[in-house]
Formats: sequence, structure tokens, C-alpha cells
Amino acid sequence: MARISPMPRIGFSNAVLAAGMVFLYVPIFSLIAYSFNASRLVTIWGGFSVKWYGSLFKNDIIMAAAMRSLEVGVIAATASVILGTMAGYALARLGRFRGRVLFSGMMTAPLVMPDVITGISLLLMFITMGTLIGWPMERGVITIAIAHTTFCMCYVAVIIQSRLIAMDISLEEAAMDLGSRPLGVLIDVTLPIIAPAMLSGWLLSFTLSLDDLVISSFVAGPGATTLPLLIYSKVKLGVTPDINALATLMILVVTLAVTAAGLLMARRERRRIEDEQLAFAEAG
Amino acid sequence: MSGPLPSRLRRVARTLSDSWRHMLISIPYVWMLLFFLVPFFIVLKISLADMLDTQPPFSALVNWIDDSHISFVLTFDNFKFIASEDIYLRAYLNSLKIAAISTVLCLLLGYPMAYAIARAPANRRNILLLVVILPLWTSFLLRVYAWIGLLDTNGMINRFLVWSHIVSAPIQMLYTPFAVYLGIVYSYLPFMILPLYASLERLDATLDEAAADLGARPWSVFRDVTLPLSMPGIVAGSLLTFIPAVGEYVIPDLLGDARNLMIGRVLFNEFFQNRDWPTASAVAIALLVALVIPIMFFQAAQAREEKS
Repeated sequence: MARISPMPRIGFSNAVLAAGMVFLYVPIFSLIAYSFNASRLVTIWGGFSVKWYGSLFKNDIIMAAAMRSLEVGVIAATASVILGTMAGYALARLGRFRGRVLFSGMMTAPLVMPDVITGISLLLMFITMGTLIGWPMERGVITIAIAHTTFCMCYVAVIIQSRLIAMDISLEEAAMDLGSRPLGVLIDVTLPIIAPAMLSGWLLSFTLSLDDLVISSFVAGPGATTLPLLIYSKVKLGVTPDINALATLMILVVTLAVTAAGLLMARRERRRIEDEQLAFAEAG
Repeated sequence: MSGPLPSRLRRVARTLSDSWRHMLISIPYVWMLLFFLVPFFIVLKISLADMLDTQPPFSALVNWIDDSHISFVLTFDNFKFIASEDIYLRAYLNSLKIAAISTVLCLLLGYPMAYAIARAPANRRNILLLVVILPLWTSFLLRVYAWIGLLDTNGMINRFLVWSHIVSAPIQMLYTPFAVYLGIVYSYLPFMILPLYASLERLDATLDEAAADLGARPWSVFRDVTLPLSMPGIVAGSLLTFIPAVGEYVIPDLLGDARNLMIGRVLFNEFFQNRDWPTASAVAIALLVALVIPIMFFQAAQAREEKS
């Protein structure tokens, strides 16, 4: 029987979807287009040129800030994956424990907490720690990385937790029944299954860290200018073509990384399904 | 060394997992206590201190008189100050208003988009979803910055409007409330779409068909079946938009005008320009108080999501 639901709002929602996609992408494409503009005036098209990219790489201040941001991003993303995986595992697999309500509250609140609040509270914490225990004496890469880890690990925990909840617990039980010790189950069975989730958690943390302006403004020391801090100070003075070139490069890198990770995960998933089918075939 | 082997093994396994259990819980726990919970109490403490021209610029809350006596100095002056100054109250209410209206606009735009993705053919759904998420992966700061170039009086939109004779002269769009609403809706739209999609995708399309088979009109199918069942997504998406938007700093600072203050910008300026840390802390506490209930709603929604 034919479907009797030729709902008119499908047409409407598709139209809104198309318009919404245009809305989401017009600013991004305009950034890219104007990065190739020969004119210094960002609103007037002066012909095609890649000179802004050249001047970008010759700009030591921008390159230093970019390196600092990458450094912070790698430290924060790695720490976030370690801490967030622990937290996600604890929430998904360790059942009830003392203080669980507070724990899960502390893991979800940073997802929505306005940056100004996180920023001011972490700075005041660092200052208090500095006067009480003498560390950190000055603020820089480490304090920014700690601040970023604190909110990024919550995103990782959410990703890991939902992956573990979706994952069939009988796999772990079977390994346990077959004689694996709990630690062995964790390392040989659970970790490989959540590895893709850990990878996406790392990538997400890295991009969140690379993008953070407000929290960094609070916890960065005077000498530690990250890329967003530098971009912001330039943007406040007006739109400049080299920022467009920088934006285009960042968009390119992120798009490539996300696509590569997506393809990698799709291939792993395919192989896993093939393995399962093979195992079923042999068992049958 | 007694008892049958299996039970001993089990005991070993249990003690091993116990110490691992403690480690897995306590390391992230201590981190969050130290860098998330304790800092709030420090903000609270400093909001109750006096501003001083020292480094750091606030008075000590606890003073040692001699070895055995300490004195606590608490002052509510900062809260009295922000309650009496018109600018704080206006910025506070303005932020709540802007965040609420933006959330509704996001929902009106995001719902049909999420619906269209959820009802698209299965093989196209993931691609469409990826296209919606991809902007989230590109810098938020740069995407807001892009709007400056678009909204400027010499910008692309104005030049198009003038060229097509829709308007005779460029209109001021940048540095207006309109630009702030636009920026917030633009930046938070994917956060609205994701949870909406998650709850709409879970909805079985056959439910719609069943309702339609039973004679319901498309609009009443939507109102009586789809909309109520997608409520968890609406709640989650709205909170994901509303709560951070109230404290938003970058968007009003880059796209908004100085008269239309939002509280996040007030806090930032109080802290960095006036160097009045106690007042900035008091503003942070006041902002947090307004957000505690929405945040608790969000946590409850997250917990429900885990169960289902």
C-alpha cells in the first residue's frame, strides 16, 4: 500500500533546511572568498591574490601565537581525553558511588556555563593557589591548558558515557566469564570499543581549546597571547584581509581533520561489522 | 591461603577492581572539585570583599589578629552597589530578554531543519547532520567576525540590497540589537538542532502514519503526536542555547552597540577596564543565581537522556 502521508510540511521543513544551510555557510564562504582578495579594503573586490597568505607566514607574532595555541590545544586535549574517559567510564559503568550526584552535576554544568563565569572563577582560583601554595606563580600555557581541560573533559565524558551506554555490556561480561581479569577486560575489550569516541573527544577538545577566547582572556598571563586573543585584538580594530587568510587556513585544517577522522571511524566500523559477520558465520 | 580457587580469584578480581574503581572516580572528581566547584566559592568570597588598590585588588576576608583569633570581614556593599546602579539591573534584564528571544528564534528555525533531516532518506541523514555540525568545528570567533564584513554599511548584504533597489541607501545593521540577535541565533543554531534531531529521529515515522491513517490531519498529527514526543529535544536544545547566551560576551562586544549592554560584557569590562574584581565577582554571582535553575533543568534533562 502506498504511504498516505504526503505531508505538506515536509516541503516547508525542507525549504527551511535549505535556507538554514545557506545561513550557516554564507559567512564561512565569504571569509574564504575575501581571503583571496587583492584589495586591502575587505568590502571591495580587487582581483585574485594569495598575498595575504604570504604575509601571514612572515608575521612572527601571528606564528608565535599559533604555535602557543597548538601547544595549549595538544596538552588540553590529551589531558581531557584521559580525565574525561575516566569520568565517562565511572558514570556509565561503576553504578552508584558516594557523591555520584555531585559528580555528574559537575560534569554537566560546564557544558552550559557562560565563559565569563568560568574564566573569572578559574583566575581567582589560580591567584588564591599562588598565594597559598606558591603555584602557579605566573600564568601562561599551563594555566590556560588547565582551564581548557576543565571544560573540555566534560565534553569527552559525555561522548564516552553515551558510547558506553550504547555498547552491549555482555561483551565485557563474556570476557569476564572467559577468565579475563577486570583490568584485562577494561584494556582488551572496553578501550578498543571506545577508542573512536576517544578520538572524536580529542578532536573536539582540541578545536574547543583552539577557539577559546573568553576563558583565555582571564587565565592567560601578559606574555601568553594565544591565537584567539591575538585575532580578537586585531578584529577590534577592524576587518583585515590577513585574518581572513588565517581563518581560511584554520577552516581548511579543521575540515580535513574532521573528514579524515570520520573516514577512519567509518572504515573501522565497517571492519568491525565484517568481523562480527565472519564470527557468526563460523559459529553457525 | 584457604578456600577454593574460584572464590579466591574472585576476591583478587574484586580488590583489583576496587582500587581501579577508586582511581577512576577520584582523579576526575578531585580535578573538578579543585577547578570547578572550589573556584565558585572563591568568587563568592571575593564578591564579599572590599576593593583595594593592591595586587590582587581586594581586601582579605580573613585576618589573623593573633595566633588564636581571626576576624572575618564580610561586606555586602558590592551587591548593594550592583542592585542600586541602574546599569547593572538593565544589563541583567536585557541579557535575559535577548537570550530568551534568541532561543525562541533558534527553535523556530532549528525545529523545521531538524525535522527535515530526521525525515530525510536514511542514507542522506548522516551527511545532512554532518553539514549542520561542521560549522561548530570551525572557529566561533571567526564566524562571528565574518558577520562584521557581511553586515557593515559597505558590506555584502547592504551592497546587494542597494544594487537590487530594495533599499535606496545602506541601512545600519552592524552595532544594533538586530546584529546581536542574528549573531546569537547563528552561533547557537547547531546546538539547537542536534538534540532536536536526536529526539525526532528516535520518533518512529510509522507513528505519524498511524495517526494519519486514523484520519488525523497533518497539522494535528504534528501538534498531537510529533511535538509532544519531541519535547525532550526542545527542552535540551533551548537550555543549551539560553544558558550560555545569557552570559555571552563575544557576540554583543563585536556586533552590538554600547547602549544595549549584556551582563557578560559588563562583567568583562568591570574586571579588565575598571579592575574592580569584587564588583565583577558580585556580577558573576548574580548571573549564576539567575542560571542555577535552568542549569539544574539541563542536568535533569541530561540524566533522563542517559536512562532512555
